Amino acid sequence: MTTSDNTADGDVTRRDFIHMSHIMATAAAVGGGAAVVWPAVHQMNPDASVLALSTKEVDLSTISVGQAIKVMWQGKPVFIRRRTPEEIAEAEATPVSDLIDANARNDNLPGVDATDTDRVTSRDGQARPEWMILVGVCTHLGCIPLGTTAGENRGEYNGWFCPCHGSHYDVSGRIRKGPAPENLLIPPYEFISDTVVKIG
Amino acid sequence: MSHPSTYTPGSGFERWLDKRLPIVRFGADFMGFPTPKNLNYWWTFGAILTVCLVIQIVTGVILAMHYTPHTSMAFASVEHIMRDVNYGWLMRYVHANGASMFFLAVYIHMFRGLYYGSYKAPREIVWMLGVVIYLLMMATAFMGYVLPWGQMSYWGATVITNLFSAIPLIGDDIRTLLWGGFSVDNPTLNRFFSLHYLLPFAIFGVVVLHIWAFHTSGNNNPSGVEIKDVKKDAIPFHPYYTIKDGFAIVVFLILFAAFVFFNPNALGHADNYVEANPLVTPPSIVPEWYYLPFYAILRAITFDIFFIPAKLGGVLAMFGSILILFVLPWLDTSKVRSMRYRPVARLWFILFVIACIALGYLGGKPAEGVYVMWAQICTAYYFGFFLIILPLLGLLETPKPLPRSIAEAVLKKKDGGGAEVPAHAAPAE
Repeated sequence: MTTSDNTADGDVTRRDFIHMSHIMATAAAVGGGAAVVWPAVHQMNPDASVLALSTKEVDLSTISVGQAIKVMWQGKPVFIRRRTPEEIAEAEATPVSDLIDANARNDNLPGVDATDTDRVTSRDGQARPEWMILVGVCTHLGCIPLGTTAGENRGEYNGWFCPCHGSHYDVSGRIRKGPAPENLLIPPYEFISDTVVKIG
Repeated sequence: MSHPSTYTPGSGFERWLDKRLPIVRFGADFMGFPTPKNLNYWWTFGAILTVCLVIQIVTGVILAMHYTPHTSMAFASVEHIMRDVNYGWLMRYVHANGASMFFLAVYIHMFRGLYYGSYKAPREIVWMLGVVIYLLMMATAFMGYVLPWGQMSYWGATVITNLFSAIPLIGDDIRTLLWGGFSVDNPTLNRFFSLHYLLPFAIFGVVVLHIWAFHTSGNNNPSGVEIKDVKKDAIPFHPYYTIKDGFAIVVFLILFAAFVFFNPNALGHADNYVEANPLVTPPSIVPEWYYLPFYAILRAITFDIFFIPAKLGGVLAMFGSILILFVLPWLDTSKVRSMRYRPVARLWFILFVIACIALGYLGGKPAEGVYVMWAQICTAYYFGFFLIILPLLGLLETPKPLPRSIAEAVLKKKDGGGAEVPAHAAPAE
């Protein structure tokens, strides 16, 4: 039996061996390549230091009725409005059928209808109609709606107004008019005392 | 390259080198490339663009020596370049205006390709590589605009990265991946700086392929007729076109210098001299002028298209308006390249240029009322030009008679100032 000729009798020759080696090396290279692609992509995702800043505690005791503040959470503004009884009544009176987006968009209560009560419910399941807490990022293309600081344009529905492309949100942060597709997002939050809320 | 080598090594050293690394031969053949003798000034923009790329890379490398890609220092480091670094103001103004000049030149270059049918066989690959270069330019310029970390940098980056969230299912994950966080922030700035430095070299690589491709197919020319007899129809690139390109480059640099030295901020936005503030959106977010037509297309889709929501529809239309260029060689059914000989197509082309300029104007206006309606009309025409007019015209239009050769086209022009000359009168050179 010769090992150097590529004979037709089906024996494994040295040339077969080098082809086999190439196939195996290619397979190994593909597998190894796939194994390093994920780290190379995943390194772009939020890192540990970014994730470590993912919660924020806010003292609400200084906010008077009718006033609103902005705080930063995860690099985005969160609006906290202490609503007046009239504003609460107006928001509660709006039927869900009038809304562009019927989903509450509340991270504390996924998948429920966008009633005002479901928009002000925290992680522990308790609704606090006085406190409207939402992410102040327009759901259209990410601008910051006006209406939090006193004197700003609050739009046609007395809530928030995005100046970039003209989206109007009501006092419950629900989209009522304009190009934005969704209600302003409610972040996950819980009250850790009567006056301190933990966002995130 | 495609023509036979005409280089003969002159000295002993050149003969020695030619056997080992024929780089002198490569250069000599490159410069002697047989080029159609009738190229007009619209053909000088290739050389102008090469100059633009080199200027951007040189000034960019210099700016990177003084710039700090961190959210707390980026804005101040740009002001440091402007005030403290020797000639830093010059480097930054040349780089910033250089981007605008680059796009001005590339748009003229692309319209020239459209008018003279430079995308048609056998130049499809030349054209498609050009579209790749254009896409890379858009990405590079966008990321570069974020680096000064002004209000427009920040909010432009926010709006553009949010476009990706319109993609169904994986959109939000892609956006988080681009950001490296939950909003545009320091990780975003860092990676944009890294990529802004990398991509120009990628562009350079594709430019080499682009040139290689048309050195294989040969240059198109204003008549759209291929070179038949190299002796009669072509002249060597050097010295004939090096001098023509050189003159055009000088004229172009005069315009460039006028912006840099007399109105360096004319094409920028005042809001970008306010440091980025994630809590305050500027009253209106306007992209740089060279993106405005696409911004207008994005905002023109204000309605749902069947099951596609308006937001996704706008994003698809915007990307589609560029990606459609990749299939243009197969959409245009006409065998005639140059619109010189396509009287009907020429009118539609002029209307297309007007629609593009109108879209640019509308992209800078607020998205309301009559502006939206006009943006929708122009967007419809933009897509209609590629998808309906060009495919149909090739079948319906009767083109004018083509010259039999480039030499004939040139002589005909000289004799009659564009008047029709009987075809048999021309070949006598």
